[in-house]
Parts: sequence; C-alpha cells; structure tokens
Amino acid sequence: MKTKTTIGTWIGFILIMLWCLFPVAWILSLSFKSEGETATGSPQFLPKDPTLDNYSAILDNGDFTRALVNSFGIAIIATALSVIFATLAAYAIARLEFKGKRLVLSLALAIAMFPVVSLVGPLFDMWSTFGLFNTWPGLIIPYMSFTLPLAIWTLSAFFREIPWEMEQAAQVDGATSWQAFRKVIVPLAAPGVFTAAILTFFFAWNEFVLAISLTSTTASRTVPAQMSFFVGPDPFNPPYAQLATASVIVTLPVIVIVLLFQRKIVAGLTSGAVKG
Amino acid sequence: MAAIEMKNIVKQYGDGFPAVNDVSIDVEDGEFLILVGPSGCGKSTLLRMIVGLEDITDGDMVIGGKKVNDLAPRDRNLSMVFQNYALYPHLTVYENIAFPLRLAGKPDSEVDEKVRAASKTLELDEHLERKPGNLSGGQRQRVAMGRAIVRDAEAFLFDEPLSNLDAKLRGQMRTEISRLQKRLGITTVYVTHDQTEAMTLGDRVAVLKRGVLQQHATPRELYENPCNLFVAGFIGSPPMNFLPATVKGNQVELPFGTVTIPEDKAAKAQGKGLLIAGIRPDHFEDANVVDSDKVTDEATFKATVDVVEWLGNEAYAYIPFEAPPEVEKQLQQLERDLDGESLRTQLVVSLDGASRIAEGDEATIWVDARKIHLFDPATGENLTMDAEHAGIVPGGNAMAKAEEVGEQQDAVQPGSDQATT
Repeated sequence: MKTKTTIGTWIGFILIMLWCLFPVAWILSLSFKSEGETATGSPQFLPKDPTLDNYSAILDNGDFTRALVNSFGIAIIATALSVIFATLAAYAIARLEFKGKRLVLSLALAIAMFPVVSLVGPLFDMWSTFGLFNTWPGLIIPYMSFTLPLAIWTLSAFFREIPWEMEQAAQVDGATSWQAFRKVIVPLAAPGVFTAAILTFFFAWNEFVLAISLTSTTASRTVPAQMSFFVGPDPFNPPYAQLATASVIVTLPVIVIVLLFQRKIVAGLTSGAVKG
Repeated sequence: MAAIEMKNIVKQYGDGFPAVNDVSIDVEDGEFLILVGPSGCGKSTLLRMIVGLEDITDGDMVIGGKKVNDLAPRDRNLSMVFQNYALYPHLTVYENIAFPLRLAGKPDSEVDEKVRAASKTLELDEHLERKPGNLSGGQRQRVAMGRAIVRDAEAFLFDEPLSNLDAKLRGQMRTEISRLQKRLGITTVYVTHDQTEAMTLGDRVAVLKRGVLQQHATPRELYENPCNLFVAGFIGSPPMNFLPATVKGNQVELPFGTVTIPEDKAAKAQGKGLLIAGIRPDHFEDANVVDSDKVTDEATFKATVDVVEWLGNEAYAYIPFEAPPEVEKQLQQLERDLDGESLRTQLVVSLDGASRIAEGDEATIWVDARKIHLFDPATGENLTMDAEHAGIVPGGNAMAKAEEVGEQQDAVQPGSDQATT
C-alpha cells in the first residue's frame, strides 16, 4: 500500500515536472540551434549541431546588454527601496496601535488590486509632464507602489510572530528603539525580508506592460520590453533562436537568486527564542 | 547596586483598568525582595514599571536615590530575566551574553573577559558557540541569567523565571539563583506566584492582591503573623485551615470541640461574635505521638478522618466539616481569590509520619492552641496579629481595598482575576 502511493506520487510529480519544464527545455534547446535549423519545417528536439553563436551574437548586441543593465539597475533599486519602506511600515503596523491602521492595510491591498494596464494611460501622461518618461525613476516608482502592499503584508505577518519580549529585553539590555529594531527584530524577520525582496525583484524583473509603455529608448528599456524588438529583418520569420537565447539569459539571474536566497528563507529561525 | 524605593505607585491602563494601586515598597540595597500574589494581582506590572517597560501613572520610582519615572529602560541600568527568557535566537550563547556589553560599546577584550567569567559562574562554557534553539530549558534559563549578570547593573529583576521549568529543575535553579544573589550581593526583585519560591528565596516578601499591597514582611513574619485572611491563606502549603469559631473567655468553640487559647489572644477577640479561626495544618498532631504532658483535654478533639495521604515523613489527614452559611460564603470567596476552588469545607491536618491514624478512624487530634489566629469574617483582619512581628502592614484595610479595586477591575474587564500575568 505504501509503495503504491509512493509510486503514484512519483508518477504525478514527473507528469507535472514534464508539463512545466518542457517549454523551458525547448527554449534551452532552441538557444543552441543555428539560425538555419530553427527555420526548417520539422525541427527535432535536440540541436543537430549545437552552437554558441546565438549567445555571442546576443551579448554583442549593444541594445540587449544595455537593456540588461537597465533591468538589473531598476529591479535592484526598486527592490531595495520597497523592502526598506515595507520593513518600516510593517513594523509600525505590527507593533503600534494607531487610528486608521486597518485603513492603511486595506488601502495597500486595494492598490495591489488595480490592473496595471488601467494605469498605463494616466501614468504615461503624468510621466511625460514630470519628465519621468523614459527614465529609471519612471519605472522604479510604479514598481515600488505595486510591490509595497504585498511586501508590507508579508512582513507585518513576520513581525507579528516575533515576541514583544525580544525587543523589550534588548531595551533593558541598553538598546535604543532603533538598535533593538536593527539588531534584534530585523535579523529575526530576515526570512520575511528575503521573501519580500524576492517577490519584489521578480515583479520588477519580469514586468512588461509598464516597461514597454513608459520607455522609448534603451536609456531605460528593460529586457522584457527590449525582447519585443527582436523581430529581425523578415517579419514572417522572427529569429527564434536569438529570442530563446535572450529568454535563457534573462531567466538565469532569477534562478541564481532563488538558489542563493533559498538558504536564507529558513522557516523556524525564531524557534528557541522563547520556551520551546 | 542601589536601593529601590516605590512611593505610592499607581498604574491605570488606558481603558481605566486599575492594575496597581498606591503601592509603596522599599527595597534595600542588596536585598532580595519577592513580589507574590495570585495571577492578575499586578506583580508583573509593578516589576515592568521598575524596569521601565510600563509607564507609571502616578507615584515615584526612585532607584539609587534618583527618580527614574521618565527614564527609558536603557537609562535605568537594570537587568531583567524574562519569564520566557527572551534570548536572541539568531545569536550564539556567547553573543547573547555579550549583547549588553556590545551595546555599551565595550572593547572586545573586556567583553570576552566578562562573558567568560559569567559563563564560568553559570557553567555554560561548553555551550558558548551554540544557538539558544539547541539548548534545554534549564540551559536557556542560565543564558538569560548570564545576560543579566554580565553587566554591572544596579539591580536584577526576575519575572517568574522558573515557571517554564519542570519541578526538579525548578528546585535546583531556585537554589542557584539564591546562591548567585548572595554572592553578588545585588539588589533583586523577583516576581512569582509560587509561594515556595517566595518563602525560600526572599529576604522580604511583598504580598499583592488586585494591585493592592497586603503585607510586606520576612517569610517568617508572613507565616507566623499574617495580617489578614488573604495573606494567611496564600502563604503556606498546604494552606492554612479556616474554621468558624466563637470566643467565650479564653475558650474558642470550633466545629470539633472547644480549645483554650492564651489570655492575650482571647482579649483581642472578645465580643466579636462569629469569627474565623486560622490554624496551619502543622499545628495539629495525632495526640498519640505528642508528648503526653502536652496533651490535655483543652487542646484535643475527636474527629473522623476522611482521607489520609501518607508521604513518609508526614501524612495529611482530611476531616470534612459543616460551616455556617455566613462564614462559608467568605471562605469560598477567599478560595477564589487564591486561584483555587474548594468543593467542600474540610480541615487539613499534618500528622507525623509515625502516626497510625487510618482512613475512617475516629482520631484524637491535638492542636497547638498558642498558634491559632482569629480573623474578623467581615473585614478579613487578623485580630490576634502580633504587630511587632508582622513587618509592614499598610494602613487601612488592605483586603477590603483590594475587594473594592477588584470590583472596579471587573467593571472594566470582566473576569480579570483570571487574567494571566
């Protein structure tokens, strides 16, 4: 009976993995195919003649590398600011009793519920007027506002889990409120901070609608937007191999970040703080 | 090190809940003071006001001759051990102990020296590099104490530090805390609801009820001269027996018979009608094992023993009795105040281990009549208290005042006496 369920679990697991990873594998395989091979009528799964030409070509493409720099810069700045603000806001929400606390929380949620597309028009007009169109801040600001609510909700849940006494103990030990926050509360909320940071980073890294609408040149265009310009000379025959390569390159940082932070997102870090 | 003076301390919460009411306690330099009382009596609140985690509504908190009402906790230089230890889980034991020193910006060499000294005292040397999550309850407790002693604090504050340990460890840690405090000679305030800890650890004990100070005295004084029914019932284990009593001359009529009490005690209780007599279980004995010259008819009575619990060195015998309704109500109220719930009025008698009294026997019990206390059932006051040996008894009727405060508390938060500390 036990082996039966184990086998069943594995079959289901493999099916789901195939379903999810097959497109990824296809893109990966495409990125190693030559231009000619992608254009053939019935391509095979594995490249006949694996080549790195696509990679060298795309990394030589100044527009793409510029977009990569934009993507990194914008995503990292948006993440950092969003996490800092969210940490402070979430701490206040978790610890302090003030009027309108619920209002702040529900407003934050309401913002997150707006469809991004509905804001593109007004934002475009506003940014043109303010001179923020086609600049880094022009993307960083909306990315922050869309990710802050989620970050605040995640972090305030984490802060609520941390016993008040931790902080009181620190204060009795001679810490100022700020020291207690920085040396005790933030390290304890680290899993929450990293979770919020990763979610924010992914949003900013993958975002397309705002990136394409609020930029006009490679001065601030991010990779997802830039990729839509990879049309090649023949509109009926887009450079599939190059597109796939760009996709692989843009996915790599995401995978690396997840692997790096996976260790940091250790649940139960607070166990042992109070009686066990 | 410093003395702590609490002058007319009042704590009223935002919703009007009167948690601590006009409490004045002086803790001398180097003294070990215990704050004790049933849950919800304001003892933890009082401690948190000393350390500065709770604002003081009214009154003065003076530490080392300096008024500290408006100082932040970090400026009071006190160290505290929390009930659940509040260790920093992301730091090693070493860094946990070093934390106050690091905050004070001490050089590494000094930090190391002091942490090593503290860890040696508490036998934590082999655990210094571990995280609190990997330690046992007793070890965590020691780390929390290490963090407290590593700093030259003015005073130690303990908030029920042993309540999360099992019974055996609790006994060991109790001795350890006592030894440490004696050695360091540092002023200590210790909150507990456990009367054994209160009796064994404290130089003096302050008994609180509903945020009102009842009596502030040495453990011996509390035990021998409780100022009212509440203190009498709270201190001592098993608790003092309360029996309806009528005094005629120097004769006290108890449900089981009449005993003769000393003249001076009898004089204080004349003409008061129905009283409550308080007799500790150890002031009874099986007449067969008492020296024959002590046993007289005036001091013995016959009663049928219901249950006997034999513990080897002693035995507890239970003898049920009927209490008149006017006393019974008072006794039940008292029982509730003490966090208990009695199903019947019964007498608990502590017998010598050599006693052969068995369940269902009609036993002859001797009572040490000199040790009987007589309480006024209306006010709860101890009429036979020896005021010279009763420590500090606040003026007015503390028990009645606590009753009054209790009604106010219930008006704000019904069932507040059940609140956890």
